[in-house]
Amino acid sequence: MNRFVQRWTVFAVLIVVWQVLGWLADDPFFPPPSQIVTAAYEWWVLEPQNVTEHILPSVGRLLSGWAIACVIGVSLGLLLGRSDRAMEYAGPLLVFLRSIPPPALVPVFLLLFKGGTSMQLATIVFGVVWPVLLNSVDGARSVDVTKVDTSAVFGIPRWQWVLGVVLPAASPKIFAGLRVSLSLSLVLMVISELVATDNGIGSQLMQAQREFDYTRMWAGIVLLGVLGYGLNTALLAVERRALAWQPRSRDEQHA
Amino acid sequence: MRAFTRGLLGIAGFLALWELLGRSTLVPAEALVPPSVVFGELAAQLVDPVFLRHVVATVLALLIAIVVAIAVAVPSGLVLGSVPAVRHATRAVVEFLRPIPSVALIPLALVILGFGPETKITLAVYAAVWPILFNTIYALDELDPLQVETARVFGTGRVGVLFRVALPSALPFVLTGIRLAATTALIVMVSVELMAGADIGLGYFIMEARSGAGRMDQVLAGTVVAGVIGVLLNNGLERVRRRWVAW
Amino acid sequence: MSNMLEVADLGHTYGDYEAIGGLSFTVRAGELVCVVGPSGCGKSTLLRTISGLIEPSRGDVSLKGSHLAVVFQDYQRSLFPWLTVQGNVEFPLRGLPRAERKARAAEALEWVGLGKAAKKRPWQLSGGMQQRVAIARALAYRPALLLMDEPFASVDAQTRFELEDLLLRVRREHDTTVLVVTHDIDESVYLGDRILVLSGSPARLVADLEVPLPAERDQVTTRTDEAFVALRSRVARLLNVGKPSLDVEKWAEAERESLSETVSS
Repeated sequence: MNRFVQRWTVFAVLIVVWQVLGWLADDPFFPPPSQIVTAAYEWWVLEPQNVTEHILPSVGRLLSGWAIACVIGVSLGLLLGRSDRAMEYAGPLLVFLRSIPPPALVPVFLLLFKGGTSMQLATIVFGVVWPVLLNSVDGARSVDVTKVDTSAVFGIPRWQWVLGVVLPAASPKIFAGLRVSLSLSLVLMVISELVATDNGIGSQLMQAQREFDYTRMWAGIVLLGVLGYGLNTALLAVERRALAWQPRSRDEQHA
Repeated sequence: MRAFTRGLLGIAGFLALWELLGRSTLVPAEALVPPSVVFGELAAQLVDPVFLRHVVATVLALLIAIVVAIAVAVPSGLVLGSVPAVRHATRAVVEFLRPIPSVALIPLALVILGFGPETKITLAVYAAVWPILFNTIYALDELDPLQVETARVFGTGRVGVLFRVALPSALPFVLTGIRLAATTALIVMVSVELMAGADIGLGYFIMEARSGAGRMDQVLAGTVVAGVIGVLLNNGLERVRRRWVAW
Repeated sequence: MSNMLEVADLGHTYGDYEAIGGLSFTVRAGELVCVVGPSGCGKSTLLRTISGLIEPSRGDVSLKGSHLAVVFQDYQRSLFPWLTVQGNVEFPLRGLPRAERKARAAEALEWVGLGKAAKKRPWQLSGGMQQRVAIARALAYRPALLLMDEPFASVDAQTRFELEDLLLRVRREHDTTVLVVTHDIDESVYLGDRILVLSGSPARLVADLEVPLPAERDQVTTRTDEAFVALRSRVARLLNVGKPSLDVEKWAEAERESLSETVSS
């Protein structure tokens, strides 16, 4: 509790400092927090259609893109991770594909999917699938020999082997990948919206910049920060529940 | 060596599939240019000094960004990792700043820093700082207290412990963080070049190829080069880690 | 009595290295047989070929009955940390209806005296208790043969005695056929109805000894029993003889020691 107070105190102090500096400087590029909050209030609370037309579609695309990437990444990763041979074939290719900056493929996706939501989803999925995939491969490989032997001796069915042994054994690594992917999803959501849409948080951000409305621009940035913080906190809560079986308590772990 | 051959086979299979798809009528021909055409274009570009200048500009900016990110993140990580009070105090700020996507800062950076290389370097640094910072903090958490006590028994001071015990034992984690950061920085770098209308760089080349003449072969050739830079960076840093961290 | 397990001319080589060289033996129904041999003599390979984890290079393993269960030395890795104790015991029973699965697991946990720990996670238990969970899991599976690979090598001496007695009680109560692989001579004599002594690599059968001890055994009285001590020394000598390079000095030393122990006890 003491620590909680301590850390939010510092946060609050910084906000106050920013507020005072903002007032003193009176610089249009650096509006004080009070103005940003006011802008956010006018933008999203007084005009709720901005929430339904921009924020919700953005969050929807982010979450569905991330979910698709998770399904593909985990299933493919577990499959590849349990076969050394398959990994020998696919490994270098995966390293190469992962290294491609996803925005570079936006033009290709634009032509392939003719713009719109499917193009944005493709960008997000391509960009975020790698951490999940590679972590799943790593996790699937980490099933120790004794567990492999135990499963073989008891002749368990294939589905139980995959869902009951490989998946849980790999889950700590998978969750690490999921977290990296979730924050990447936010980046790619913004990128995909900067290019070719007229709705979404990213396009609103661009629009604010074009209209020299820096206060709204700041409001958009803060919104993305809050969104990222919220999503990460939610996933951490899920992870804590899902990995409650782990012997060591892994409190306060980052990375 | 056989694993290496299999890896090549995997890539060859991928290229063959791409070629087939590109030549089939399943996808619009202008979207997925087959690799035979892309690599022809790539060969032509690789001897073109203009293209090479774009590549060099991106790689140089990337290296600067990585060095700056290391210079910022490692010392901060050491402070945050070894002084719990500072760490708890700054935690809310750090956790709020980290999820802000660097690309969301593009408009802001453009306004403040203009269209020069400062913008992309700054944004790449912003993105690259986090993996290094968190890996450094994490490494200090994992520090064996016995080693610290051993050092203290031999009369090593607090600063001495930091440099002679903590830093060496944290090095493997830090290097892993740098490797992750380098890949992220590359993505951000090329994205910023693509979107923020820099005037030189691989991303700029790709954007120009698309919007100017609609040359998808050039877009994909540029993308392949970006991927290769990523692989070289990743493998190079992995090799450094294995070489330096022999303990 | 019928044979539960028949092993005929079993041999296995890894590349150039011959791990097992032509083993033949049988295990009768309800019998507890100990396989004892020097460290690294190929006992693990033997266990892996019998359990079907690896295909032997030559020879034949035939099991009467459809399945066997294995208790591994490394209980920490053999149990699944994401399952409760109950879940671990139910692990091999997935094909059965839920109610029967539960009943069998509860019953097996009672047999090993862990009825109250069903809801716990394995890592919350002590090492000895974890190995009892592994034994319960094997028993719940109702195997034709229970294979044990150095089952008590990773627990402290006190726990080891408890687990040995637990094994003897459980197999007597449920008429289980057991094959224990161990490097511990005392353990093989204390547990076994019969002892198969193996030589060093490649593993060959040196002797097949009946244990002339009553079925009821006790850690204090049995271990000081003359028959126990005599058999123990005999196995020790056989193991030394089985070594490829015989160290005469060491052998003589071991002989003197075992004699003096006989006298002093």
